[in-house]
Amino acid sequence: MNTSNRPLSPHLDVYKLPLSALLSIVHRGTGAFLSIGTVALVWWLMSLAGGEESYIVAQKFFSSFMGSLILFGWTFALFFHLANGIRHLVWDCGYGFEKTAVDKSSWVVIGTAGFLTFCIWFFAYVFTIGA
Amino acid sequence: MAEFTLPENSVVKEGKTFPAPEGATNVQVVEVYRWDPDSGENPRIDTYNIDLASCGPMVLDAIIKIKDEIDPTLTFRRSCREGICGSCSMNINGRNTLACTKDISDINGPIKIYPLPHMPVVKDIVPDLTHFYAQYASIKPWIQSTTPPPPDKERLQSKEERAQLDGLYECILCACCSTSCPSYWWNGDRYLGPAILLQAYRWLADSRDENAGERLDELEDPFKLYRCHTIMNCTETCPKGLNPAKAIAEIKKLLVERKIA
Repeated sequence: MNTSNRPLSPHLDVYKLPLSALLSIVHRGTGAFLSIGTVALVWWLMSLAGGEESYIVAQKFFSSFMGSLILFGWTFALFFHLANGIRHLVWDCGYGFEKTAVDKSSWVVIGTAGFLTFCIWFFAYVFTIGA
Repeated sequence: MAEFTLPENSVVKEGKTFPAPEGATNVQVVEVYRWDPDSGENPRIDTYNIDLASCGPMVLDAIIKIKDEIDPTLTFRRSCREGICGSCSMNINGRNTLACTKDISDINGPIKIYPLPHMPVVKDIVPDLTHFYAQYASIKPWIQSTTPPPPDKERLQSKEERAQLDGLYECILCACCSTSCPSYWWNGDRYLGPAILLQAYRWLADSRDENAGERLDELEDPFKLYRCHTIMNCTETCPKGLNPAKAIAEIKKLLVERKIA
């Protein structure tokens, strides 16, 4: 029997991913995005070490609309990755595997990440206005 | 590297439509993945309109009705029709489950039936499970013991020891969980997948087995075990309500405990 021409059954196109799977994808995405963020952090520190002129260039970029948007993304990515990372730690200890617990902790992760991101930007805004 | 799209010979085309029988009172649309190995054509989706007024309550009843009354070429596996043999596992409306325990009334709109995801297709909704079974054999799913059995009785377990197997022994190896797992999709050649790892834990948790050390040695591998990233699709989809993700976590814990003990 010739089996070499067997098709591969559909997977990503047809599978209805549960919330936990979507968060798993976001966890990986935020992880990758954060590693790019560390390079940007190094660039900012180098600009600081390079003196006033180079520092102004970096500050200009980060205070532009695009720069702020990316910074906002990094803050959310950081808090999401942190919150979900803690959930992974709990899982690795053998807890929270029941279906209802997984759904609940998914929403806790989303909520925590959103709340902390909001707090950071709220305080950043308050302090910039104050300055 | 993971291939996120289907190879050219696997892209699904539109197929035939079979109208509802005359006088049908409660028409249900059923879309089914079809592939005929003798045709040389790509897979297609055939659409059947069936009358629920003369159909059993489960998705398997609908499939059997189609084969009996509309299209005898439709090919699928089934046996016990009560969720204990694991033959009729398939992807129904986006989730893997057993057709025989899936209520038609739980589905809104058309019933969409595909084979278990990311598997080589033998015909229609019959996937090739050869590799899955080979992986099962690789974990040596039997009691291994150096102590000779008592001459006058079985190897006994206390009630507590027996309770350790609850949630594990019920697995029917239908492969719903393994084929729901993206890690198994991308690395199924080397990653054992949730079903086989749950079975591996079933033998680790058995008080009568005396080969835990060697079993753990075999599992301690970046691919066989540690491709599990706790995505949780397995536990979400298991038609028997078992928790493969938790069983895998228990194996990981055993490996850590063995290192620090």
